Amino acid sequence: MADEFRIAGRVFRSRLIIGTGKYPTIQTMRAAHEASGADMVTVAVRRVNLTDRTKESLLDYIDTSKFFILPNTAACYTADDAVRTARLGREVGLSNWVKLEVIGDEKTLFPDNEALLEATRVLVKEGFVVLPYTSDDPVICRKLEDAGAAAVMPLGAPIGSGLGIQNPNNIRIIKEQARVPVIVDAGVGTASDATVAMELGADGVLMNTAIALASDPIAMARAMKLAVEAGRLAFHAGRIPRKSYASASSPLEGVIGARA
Amino acid sequence: MTIKLNGDPFTLDGPATISTLLAHLDIDSRRVAVEHNFIIVKRDQYAATKIAEGDEIEIVNFVGGGGDSVAAASKRRWRIGDQEEP
Repeated sequence: MADEFRIAGRVFRSRLIIGTGKYPTIQTMRAAHEASGADMVTVAVRRVNLTDRTKESLLDYIDTSKFFILPNTAACYTADDAVRTARLGREVGLSNWVKLEVIGDEKTLFPDNEALLEATRVLVKEGFVVLPYTSDDPVICRKLEDAGAAAVMPLGAPIGSGLGIQNPNNIRIIKEQARVPVIVDAGVGTASDATVAMELGADGVLMNTAIALASDPIAMARAMKLAVEAGRLAFHAGRIPRKSYASASSPLEGVIGARA
Repeated sequence: MTIKLNGDPFTLDGPATISTLLAHLDIDSRRVAVEHNFIIVKRDQYAATKIAEGDEIEIVNFVGGGGDSVAAASKRRWRIGDQEEP
């Protein structure tokens, strides 16, 4: 199959993965998911709201025959919490996949890679398909891969920061050495950021805030769909090298008024 | 009897199982996962799992989320195992 996006043996049509958080309304979320063309969405695992039973269930608004659900361990600060949350996420019953997050710092939401590695090992052993959110550090990405992660997900910049790909060289290096898919997760702010990630060779991009908090989430979702496609096409098209000086596009001979 | 449910004290009028508790709370068992004293209960065991005085139960479901979708103020209460803020 030409240019397949495959994670743990499962093929996805779209290289864009999106979240379900921070949308102004659940209807906007649903329309944005549609516009994005994504076929995998992430969800958080949280206590049921017992005091407000009128709250609609998220699953009522996601067509699970069209969207693959990826539970995450958002806001877990220890390996134990993340493992516990992952197990509960699996127990809800939709998949044994988990987007593994172990947060190391409240302000930056950067991962605690030591705990992340520990949690990855435990969950891989328990049969989970683990997609860890991690730093743009080739060393930790290699360790996570060796620990059995089904993909590695280096951040582009802090979650929700919109700063784009802060260290493109590292992303390129990570992709160069990886034997599992590389999905840039976190920090994308606008369409060009997603395109840059794909041009660096990333297999996919995961984002939430860039779409959910855009002034027009549905338009941004559509932009991201195109951005990821454009980036992948450009990556395969073989770009020209960067040069310091000009390299004329038109022939130099036959210019009127030129001396011999 | 009093138990701890999602971090808060909860009173049950009589004997209960996970099944009856979910029904009492009007929760669809297919949309949640349940922890009983820190052990995950399989769905086919909900009816057979009796609840005793002092038990700790967590009922979770999927909500919208990315990395930091829960506001700081409520964060401490919505994650499993969270305690009341002092």
